[in-house]
Amino acid sequence: MTKYILQRVIAMILTMIVVITVTFILMHAIPGGPFASEKNLPPQIKANIEAKYGLNKPLYQQYFDYWAGLLKGDLGPSYKYPGRTVNDLIGDGFPISAELGSYAILVMLLIGIPAGIISALRQYHWQDNVVMVFATLGVAVPGFVLATLLIYVFSSQLGILPAARWLSWQHKIMPTIALSAYNVSFIARLTRSSMLDVMSQDYIRTARAKGLSEAAVVIKHALKNSLIPIVTVLGPLIAAVLTGSFVIEKIFAIPGLGRQFVDSVSNRDYTTIMGVTIFYGAFLVIMNLIVDIVYVFIDPRIKLAD
Amino acid sequence: MELTENYFERLPKEEKQVNEIVRPSMTFWQDAWRRLRKNRMAMIGMYVLIAIILIAIFGPIISPYTYSDQTLTMANQPPSSAHPFGMDNLGRDLMTRVFFGARISLSIGFIVAACTLVIGVLYGGISGYVGGTVDNIMMRIVDILYIIPSTLYVILLMLVIGPGFNSVIIALGATSWLSMARQVRGQVLSLKEQEFVLAAKALGADSRRILLRHLIPNSLGPIIVVATMQIPSAIFNEAFLSFIGLGVSAPEASWGVLCNDALPALRTAPHELFFPALAITITMLAFSFFGDGLRDALDPKMRK
Repeated sequence: MTKYILQRVIAMILTMIVVITVTFILMHAIPGGPFASEKNLPPQIKANIEAKYGLNKPLYQQYFDYWAGLLKGDLGPSYKYPGRTVNDLIGDGFPISAELGSYAILVMLLIGIPAGIISALRQYHWQDNVVMVFATLGVAVPGFVLATLLIYVFSSQLGILPAARWLSWQHKIMPTIALSAYNVSFIARLTRSSMLDVMSQDYIRTARAKGLSEAAVVIKHALKNSLIPIVTVLGPLIAAVLTGSFVIEKIFAIPGLGRQFVDSVSNRDYTTIMGVTIFYGAFLVIMNLIVDIVYVFIDPRIKLAD
Repeated sequence: MELTENYFERLPKEEKQVNEIVRPSMTFWQDAWRRLRKNRMAMIGMYVLIAIILIAIFGPIISPYTYSDQTLTMANQPPSSAHPFGMDNLGRDLMTRVFFGARISLSIGFIVAACTLVIGVLYGGISGYVGGTVDNIMMRIVDILYIIPSTLYVILLMLVIGPGFNSVIIALGATSWLSMARQVRGQVLSLKEQEFVLAAKALGADSRRILLRHLIPNSLGPIIVVATMQIPSAIFNEAFLSFIGLGVSAPEASWGVLCNDALPALRTAPHELFFPALAITITMLAFSFFGDGLRDALDPKMRK
């Protein structure tokens, strides 16, 4: 186990080195440099700005400086918000995005898993059909379309829910639905097929033959094993919620990190893009590590060669 | 006891044929087509897709309007008999724009899937066939790239190469081959241990020939399925990119651009969002039914 974790941590560090380097190279490969869009700067002022942000140094020096900052946990200043650092922006935005993301994941699991189980247990009955229709539609409608439809219906037409911002619980309903819909469908389908798979296993027949009630068969024998695949998709699920938040936070004007990132992309705020990408990378890498370790504990069939 | 001839009776010809169990010999592809044809939803998906492709090709030609001509006095008009989908915010015929958007969105989907196919098959094929350290290194690279969602790389790449049709294809093509590579590698790994590969080797075939003539054709089924699934996901991703302002540039418009353009006037002219969104949704549904059917048809063992 220790060896496995150690291996994973080394892989994680390698991943981060690659992410940081690729991000740095890409951001510095953008033609024109970060202040090209500022019109008609006198050359002296431009030189001063570049000196302030260290852009006049050779590229490899900038790279090492950036690493030096990173190792101290400093992602550098924002180019577009004077006086603000990338750390400030992440500190403001991430808690909100994390809250929205947690709601979305909770909804995915709390609706997707039961829907999938019901669908599998009542295969080819109307319950199954209802779930599958929704699951198919959910995968076919892009998140931003769903989000705008929700706003149109519940805010513009019915006037029940607020269309934007992140204040009371009413503000949190539509973003959560829009962010989780796609993956609720995904989880429901996954649970259904995994449950069907488990229910056709021999040990289920044995349990039935012993005379156990159907509830006991499902709860004690089928459920645990059919949920293992869900754990494996938790990592990609977190990643999907993260990228989904870009659009959802933009549409609902939620001041989270996703919107911050999209704004920095449209503003060409290179340090923020770079810093947030690296932050996302680190976040996902750590989440993946946790999921992988949990998986080893949950699935007894996995034996690690120690 | 001795068996003499009078214990036996000659079967009449007709009765003999009744007892024979023969199925006409079929190639793998005929068999797959037979299975696909029996799947009603998959066939509906396929016909819808053919219809969408035909509309994408001929729709803009037949339409009396062009996708870029503006009639500003008619901006944001709701659907009418002259303009069945209504007009957009600059007074352009929305139906023509949705048809033209089909061209762009579908081309992006197909070209990106083709890129995925080429890069993924070569990368995964080489990795799986060569094996050993090379395989290890190549797959570790895929693992590393896999953790970070491709959306992030795509956004960074789009910033570097600038928006536009070609950029979208380059950025999506460069980032979407990972799952294909994994799939092909897995296939090749399991196939290369089989006897027919040994036989080919014994007959003096070189690695290139074994890879291209034996291993890849035999793993074609799953490859086609993954590639088919790649098309809608590329359309989805393009829509997403357009939505955050990094997609194709005006006046050309993909479905994602059309959805994005509709947002400011959502309250007063919801039709501008409705039609492109409907187009995306129908296409996604058709691909999802067709793709599922294709998977069941090409890989009957996977069937659930």
